[in-house]
Amino acid sequence: MDLTTNVTGLQLRNPTILAAGILGSTASSLKRVMRSGAGAVVTKSIGVVSREGHPGPVMIKTECGFLNAIGLANPSYHEFKSELEEAKGEVPVVASIFGRNAEEFEEVALGLIEAGLDAFELNLSCPHAEGYGASLGEDPNAVENITRAVKKAVNVPVWVKLPPLTNIVKIGLAAQRGGADAVVAINTLPAMAIDIESRFPVLGNISGGLSGAAIKPVALKCVYDLYAVLDIDIIGVGGISSWRDALEFIMAGASALEIGSAVYEDRGVFRHISDGIARYLQERGCDLEDIHGVTVR
Amino acid sequence: MIPMHAEITQVVNETPSARTFFFDSSLGHIPGQYVMVWIRGVDEIPMSLSYPNAITVQKMGEATTALFKLGKGDSFGIRGPFGNGFSLEGNSILLIAGGVGAAPLGSLAEKAKSNNIKVKTILGAKSAEELLFKKRFDNAGDLMITTEDGSLEYHGLATELVDEEDLAKYDAIYSCGPEKMMFKVLNIAEGFDISSRVQFSLQRYVKCGLGLCGTCCIDPSGLRICRDGPVFRGDQLIGTEFGQYMRDASGKRVKL
Ligand SMILES: Cc1cc2nc3c(=O)[nH]c(=O)nc-3n(C[C@H](O)[C@H](O)[C@H](O)COP(=O)(O)OP(=O)(O)OC[C@H]3O[C@@H](n4cnc5c(N)ncnc54)[C@H](O)[C@@H]3O)c2cc1C
Ligand SMILES: Cc1cc2nc3c(=O)[nH]c(=O)nc-3n(C[C@H](O)[C@H](O)[C@H](O)COP(=O)(O)O)c2cc1C
Ligand code: FES
Repeated sequence: MDLTTNVTGLQLRNPTILAAGILGSTASSLKRVMRSGAGAVVTKSIGVVSREGHPGPVMIKTECGFLNAIGLANPSYHEFKSELEEAKGEVPVVASIFGRNAEEFEEVALGLIEAGLDAFELNLSCPHAEGYGASLGEDPNAVENITRAVKKAVNVPVWVKLPPLTNIVKIGLAAQRGGADAVVAINTLPAMAIDIESRFPVLGNISGGLSGAAIKPVALKCVYDLYAVLDIDIIGVGGISSWRDALEFIMAGASALEIGSAVYEDRGVFRHISDGIARYLQERGCDLEDIHGVTVR
Repeated sequence: MIPMHAEITQVVNETPSARTFFFDSSLGHIPGQYVMVWIRGVDEIPMSLSYPNAITVQKMGEATTALFKLGKGDSFGIRGPFGNGFSLEGNSILLIAGGVGAAPLGSLAEKAKSNNIKVKTILGAKSAEELLFKKRFDNAGDLMITTEDGSLEYHGLATELVDEEDLAKYDAIYSCGPEKMMFKVLNIAEGFDISSRVQFSLQRYVKCGLGLCGTCCIDPSGLRICRDGPVFRGDQLIGTEFGQYMRDASGKRVKL
């Protein structure tokens, strides 16, 4: 069964993509994920200067998902360029980037472009770093301007990753106006945990982002709402761990799927999801295009 | 899993720079597995279990210094045990420990002894007083000691004694300590063509301990120290970053 997927002009061997910030800090790790069957991989978010990230604990498993406040740890685009060059492999590589403003985003994009990557994903949605991510992604003007600046600077597709807001469609439209080739929905939801023995917040950064099974219904609704309004591709992400989850997102309008937390249970999740989708389509005698967005009437 | 509340029941000064912190619960574990220790308000760091209910810590920087300020009745948080741990094999084994690298090997020696496995240990440190778990290794089998300043037994590096061993006669070899030492051990083992019989416990920057964040991956395999490791066989490490470089908290490469 052919699962070849076209997203923003990139040919993916299947619609599963490694989500930003999961096993994406080195070329070796990205390549290991490629070998495990992903259709494309997204790197850890990269910025202008190196950051060590927040103090620990930076991530914990809860009963319903994961909390993380990694804090945009990255070695800066100067250092990361060589990793990107080495990461080139069997599937497209998407560089996730972040910055404080349009100028910083442009600087990182231009700094990495020579490494020969296939697309950029703009992190306008990380919930746990002051002045970055969601602080910008909540403002439609900032989203539009940053998207436009990066689009103007580079000649590869630009994906814009959105925070899970109730007015996500407004932000999605802003990205589209800025020239985005796709939106990626969603990043983690602001969340926290408290240790009742010591009464401390468990994350070193006090709060962080919730991912995994708990956010799947939220992410699905975001994709559904975006598909009803946008003309550009939508990439679904949030709590996808099985081929059934993946099909729900495709039916809600996702052209492709990013998978993060589910790698915890199953490093082979990409292949398992692709195989499951293929089986479903085969049994029903249809293809991906037939079910894409069918639930959105 | 939210970190477990662990109350300190006893602190033992092992050496001038290392202390063992016993806490109030015992964790079923394989020697070589580690826990993430949360010093509240400071940081969370990886520590091997040196006993089912203890960690043995060398004072390094911010987090370990904060840990050294804690005493009986104080507490920290614990996640784990994580990682693969050592795989105990054969009838006759050699342990090669350097400095605080002895931490996970003490309980391995005891487990081996109780399984009637013959244990020999080469234990090295800067000086006699820095030797960790001398008694534990001594009780478990043969012990050879090396000190860099010559204050006890062999004057020199642990690897100099390893060089004189017929490594081929051991069914399995286990090593933990400074990476330069372990790299030399790997080179010696390669000479005997037995690198797959040596198990090394590696240290890399560990953040999540869950195998997700990608901080601890080694080149070029992409294997994760925190989950696929921290113990790797020598043949998994030949031609890799092992002995060459590692990455800091930001992901930047630093030469060893
Ligand atoms: C699997 C594993 C088991 C370990 N077991 C022991 C043990 O039994 N006893 C012991 O004394 N030490 C052990 N360590 C090393 C210990 O984690 C570091 O010494 C400690 O984190 C230093 O923290 P710090 O804040 O005091 O020092 P810092 O000043 O922050 O760092 C000093 C050095 O420690 C290392 N380090 C710092 N943070 C981390 C981190 N999160 N993960 C890994 N390395 C780090 C870095 O190389 C750094 O240069 C182990 C490390 C790993 C990965
Ligand atoms: C440990 C961790 C690190 C992450 N780092 C990033 C990041 O650097 N940039 C980003 O855009 N999203 C990051 N995310 C968010 C994920 O890419 C994804 O949007 C979110 O986890 C929801 O998907 P999931 O439920 O499949 O994990 C991170 C998530 C986790 C769990
Ligand atoms: S420390 Fe996060 S993957 Fe190993």
